[in-house]
Amino acid sequence: MSWWMWIIVAVGVIAGLAWVFRFAGQQATGNKPLFRDMPFGVAFGYVLGALLLVFAIWFYFQPLVTEAGVPRASVTFFRWAVQGFILFAIAAFLFRLLGRYVGTGATRKLFRSMPLTAAFGILVILIYAFVAIFAGVIAPFGQEEVLANANIVPGGDPMVGGNPEYPLGTDQIGRDILSRLIYGAQNTVGIAFATTVLAFFIGGSLGFLASTLGGWLDQLLSRSVDVLMAIPALIFALLLMTIASVWAPTLGIPLTVFMVLIIAVIDSTRVFRLARAVAMNIVVMDYIEAAKLRGEGLTYLVFREILPNATAPLLAEFGLRFCFVFLTIASLSFLGVGIQPPLADWGTMVKDLSQFINFAGFAPQVATAPLLAAGAIALLTVGVNFVVDWMLQKTSGLKE
Amino acid sequence: MCVSLVNVINAATAQGGLHGLGSVLRIVIQRLLLGLLTLLVVSIVIFTAVNMLPGDFAQAVLGQGATPEAIESIRRDLGLDQPFVARYFTWLAGMLQGDLGTSFAQLNFQSNMGGTQLKGVAEQIAPRFFNTMFLAAVTAAIAVPVAVSLGILAALYRNSVFDRAANIFTLTSISSPEFFLAYILILFLAVLNPIFPSLSNIFEGMGFGERLVKTMLPALTLTLVVTAHMMRMTRAAIINLLASPYIEMARLKGLSPMRVIVVHALPNALAPIINVIALNLAYLITGVVVVEVVFVYPGIGQLFVDSVKIRDIPIVQACCLIFAGAYILLNLTADILSILSNPRLRHPK
Repeated sequence: MSWWMWIIVAVGVIAGLAWVFRFAGQQATGNKPLFRDMPFGVAFGYVLGALLLVFAIWFYFQPLVTEAGVPRASVTFFRWAVQGFILFAIAAFLFRLLGRYVGTGATRKLFRSMPLTAAFGILVILIYAFVAIFAGVIAPFGQEEVLANANIVPGGDPMVGGNPEYPLGTDQIGRDILSRLIYGAQNTVGIAFATTVLAFFIGGSLGFLASTLGGWLDQLLSRSVDVLMAIPALIFALLLMTIASVWAPTLGIPLTVFMVLIIAVIDSTRVFRLARAVAMNIVVMDYIEAAKLRGEGLTYLVFREILPNATAPLLAEFGLRFCFVFLTIASLSFLGVGIQPPLADWGTMVKDLSQFINFAGFAPQVATAPLLAAGAIALLTVGVNFVVDWMLQKTSGLKE
Repeated sequence: MCVSLVNVINAATAQGGLHGLGSVLRIVIQRLLLGLLTLLVVSIVIFTAVNMLPGDFAQAVLGQGATPEAIESIRRDLGLDQPFVARYFTWLAGMLQGDLGTSFAQLNFQSNMGGTQLKGVAEQIAPRFFNTMFLAAVTAAIAVPVAVSLGILAALYRNSVFDRAANIFTLTSISSPEFFLAYILILFLAVLNPIFPSLSNIFEGMGFGERLVKTMLPALTLTLVVTAHMMRMTRAAIINLLASPYIEMARLKGLSPMRVIVVHALPNALAPIINVIALNLAYLITGVVVVEVVFVYPGIGQLFVDSVKIRDIPIVQACCLIFAGAYILLNLTADILSILSNPRLRHPK
């Protein structure tokens, strides 16, 4: 029987179980509305969910090694994933609990209405900030330090080629992976943060200027932004990086500086759009008119009247923009034209270590190094996105 | 610039024979011309950017050790002794006729090895372009139905466990880098359970079934990326409508929730959904670069990245223009479709 026949049989069995489940519920509860009005699809969903849960629990408790002594990598990875998920959920829950009882009245109130995902996001951002700032103190080795032993297997088990001194092993030329992961927080996140700030400075100030002054300046800026936005961001960045890579050695400026400038300019177009749109709604307000009649200058108008009223949408945009910049830099580094070695960087690490994934079937811990680097990127963007999602829901008052 | 052009077009279409054709057609023609203009300006931007390279092409082609005579002859062959504007128009005319120039790597090969028949950039790009289109088509064929049906389900059972799980899952897959999703898929579907090959070595004359199997992992990765966004927008578009009075009426008639959403809400939510599908297909064009590199998929994205690394300017230029063109075209399609499906835009005041 081929696999698609198995699927048809499984769907049939679940459908039967769903009908039985609904019928039994109706009988047992004396036709309570929950079961009486339950559509068949919902019953199907409940049964499917329950079966998946049972399967997940059964799979979790499978032995890690088969009877022949071959490691079962799928089970290992599944256990790690589940443990990681539960651990983060508990950590986020405790963090939210802590926030509810510690701090000023305003933050306590904020934490009381916070969903668990947002608490998780804030916790992740705090951890990353801590690691990035204190990387030099936390990391056991330097990021460029080449140690005696190359290709030590992660896990620290001497039986399979590990070394407890290097819990995550070493890479092809003998650099400690754990230290490089920690320094990666400083380099990758730090550079992405600086780029985003620069993009906001350029895009925000030009956007505010365009909306306050209007006229030909507004037309000129808006049309140039339209053209720049018509080229996909990653493609444009790659094109400009090609040119920068020729210029960099002749000018003696590191390529990473060019990358920061290029990505900041490309992303500032998106910031410009939003800043201009937000400020456009503000400049037609009466209090701006009043300030103009008072004879206030341009600086006062932008910084004291427009900026305070545009903070909320710009802050949410800052989070999203940071994610985009961070992912673009990681992608460029992954493609080999981003942050240059010997600086430790997660995108480059994924590229360099990706071959180890092919050995996952023989020893699951070998595949962890590239996945940890890629996972570190994903975890931060997921965290920031959760926080931004919550902020947007809160400010827009969307209840449904 | 563009706004004044719009006015000109407006005036021209209003005065000319297009007057009787109705305002929709006028707006659509406007958008098309605007798209064409954007493409033209983008080509100027790309050409200017490439011409900001230090030194010149001839030096770059032949490397440091070239003789002055060789450089001079290459300069003449490539037309580099012409002024900037003339070169731009020559390049643009070539592009329009499908002549994308000759790649540096091959020029170099020829000048060192003697006169072998040169393969133009166009011949290099054409098969890869087809491969990329195939990948995008497979992705769209999987992603669009899945995203729309999941979006409808999430709107139907909003705020349930299913909706929340879907929300967390989609947010996670939107915010993960493409290569992370790609390696996770490789780990589970190629290394641990060898269902699909982890390298897509596609060649010409391959059967459709085999090609499909080898394209599956890159397509699934891209599906994960775009499905999340499309599904969230579908859900949001439908939920936006649920507060309107006519939905209230349908509910009060006693229709089932499924019928209310599929028959009453969905047709009116189609415009934003179609729009977001087109925008996501445009996004695919950017996403395809990283995914093609991970899976060594012989598409245009991989060629682009390889050429960026060896600074093969003609190929970089051509790929960039193709990507930008496709991006503009899809955005334009999204624009026009949303005009056509929105009665308020169709009959502007």
